[in-house]
Amino acid sequence: MHPVVKTVLERLALGLATLFFVSLIIFSAIEMLPGDFGQAILGQAALPETVAAFRAELGLDKPAYIRYFDWALGAIQGDLGTSFSGRNASGADRSAEVVDKIAPRLWNTLFLASMAAIIAVPLSLILGILTALYRNSFFDRSVNTATLTTISFPEFFVAYILILFFASLNQIFPSLANVDADTAFGERIYRTALPAFTLTLVIVAHMMRMTRAAIINLLASPYIQMAKLSGASQTEIIIKHALPNAWAPIATVIAFNLAYLVVGVVVVEVVFVYPGVGQLMVDAVRTRDIPVVQGCALIFAVTYILLNLLADIIGIVTNPRLLHPK
Amino acid sequence: MNKDSNAYSATGEVGSVVENRSTFTRAKIELNKAPLTAKFGIFIITVFVGLAIFAPLIAPYGEAEVFPEPYAPWNANHIFGTDQIGRDIFSRLIFGARNTVGVAFATTILAFLIGGALGLTAAINRSYLDLFLSRTVDVLMAIPQLIFALVLLSIFGSTVVNLVIIIAVLDSTRVFRLTRAVSLNVVVMDYVEVAKLRGENISWVMRKEILPNILPPLIAEFGLRFCFVFLSIAALSFLGVGIQPPTADWGSMVRENASLIQFAQYDLKAAMTPLLPAAAIALLTVAVNFVVDWFLHKTSGIKDEK
Repeated sequence: MHPVVKTVLERLALGLATLFFVSLIIFSAIEMLPGDFGQAILGQAALPETVAAFRAELGLDKPAYIRYFDWALGAIQGDLGTSFSGRNASGADRSAEVVDKIAPRLWNTLFLASMAAIIAVPLSLILGILTALYRNSFFDRSVNTATLTTISFPEFFVAYILILFFASLNQIFPSLANVDADTAFGERIYRTALPAFTLTLVIVAHMMRMTRAAIINLLASPYIQMAKLSGASQTEIIIKHALPNAWAPIATVIAFNLAYLVVGVVVVEVVFVYPGVGQLMVDAVRTRDIPVVQGCALIFAVTYILLNLLADIIGIVTNPRLLHPK
Repeated sequence: MNKDSNAYSATGEVGSVVENRSTFTRAKIELNKAPLTAKFGIFIITVFVGLAIFAPLIAPYGEAEVFPEPYAPWNANHIFGTDQIGRDIFSRLIFGARNTVGVAFATTILAFLIGGALGLTAAINRSYLDLFLSRTVDVLMAIPQLIFALVLLSIFGSTVVNLVIIIAVLDSTRVFRLTRAVSLNVVVMDYVEVAKLRGENISWVMRKEILPNILPPLIAEFGLRFCFVFLSIAALSFLGVGIQPPTADWGSMVRENASLIQFAQYDLKAAMTPLLPAAAIALLTVAVNFVVDWFLHKTSGIKDEK
């Protein structure tokens, strides 16, 4: 088998195994709840029959491993269970499917995250490469100090500063990013501008510093020195010699930061009251609506793992040493 | 050195070396050589620690003392005004130094105790215990930390003790990796082997042979992890699932007063109120980062990047 295919397959298997364990951890969350689960959700006033029916509906009368497979199979088919909110002691059930709660918000979150990524990725790659090429110049040092400072800022600090200047003092953008399914595309971009800027500012700093470090690391390697000594031009060195080896670190940097975006989106959504998955998850944590928390956590974790897996695979597929085996 | 530069005298040279600098003097010399950013960082950290320790003496009012006027503007009685139920913002900021920084500090120490001990054990043991711990850490790190913390908090409930334990355990995975990686280089040294052959027990080998040699990277990591833990706890409190009121905490203070920012056109000072605790968080993180940067330069000479 070609070494590239073999390594990719190995990496895929490892990714699947990680996914399995992560789903196991998220599932066992429900197991760790102290006390009687049905009683805790339905309240003290619930009749024993109601509690029993609720327990049976959740499948709590079945052994844990069977419940895990039920839940995991359901999750693969897009069924994440039923939310706890909307239930009460009388047994009336106005609860919603977790999937119906998440699906419209997932699109919003992806929209916001990709908007931030579209601005942030090219910007930080260009900045990172420029600072690496002109390192220790005034430009490099000022960009570095600026990014070290923004890395230390909590996301909500950046968000509120932007709100203060662009929504409150000068009313250029709305401070609340309330969108719904009917919002037109242009309007949607306008309303999510501030949250997207916040996310951009937060991840550009990280991404730029990591790109710079990766490029400097690469340019210091002996074969680049060799190319320089043999008289190759700057452009030739970068395009022909550095770039083929740079794809892997760059892909890792991008994936790492997009994964960071997944987490950063939670805080930013709450600041701007943006109807996304992060906001839903935080509300669910406050009301301890476990199925919704599980569903959101699963989506975040899967995105995170897939992004890292993708970066690894890009790294493997573009690796010149694997592509041209001896 | 010798006073007469022309004449060399061995006794003179030996005599001049005897001057023994105390730890304090040496620290002072190092500090004078430190770059401006590091001095700034040390100054800020000292101020914050001072505020945290002497909070009740400095703060003009109590942490949860309620005054009749909610959302009071900045005035002589309340330097930064009052919050949504009439508590003095300035006092709460000072008490926040104690609560927020104290909780983050305790969490970081706990994370280092767990991660450091397990990392050292794994590095010495190198059998299936190492394999088991390393794979567990791999899986735990595959879930974004904030998301994992949210899941666990929803199960165990948001109390300060739960918060500290959950964040410490999640963060100890990073400490484990670093400790294991750096001690793997030390474990193979001859003097460790000698100590083992001498019949020293494992905890002695860990404390006396390995730990002193891996301390510099661990101390630097402590600073970085503190920043990370501090920001995580602030984020969780901001989301309303971290440190709970009436305890003064910078993260939740931002959230409680956030609506004031809408009135920036009418009263800019009041609109700045929610930014104060956020700025305090940012300032401390920047300060710690500056000091860590300087420390890394001193102890390794590398790490220019990252």
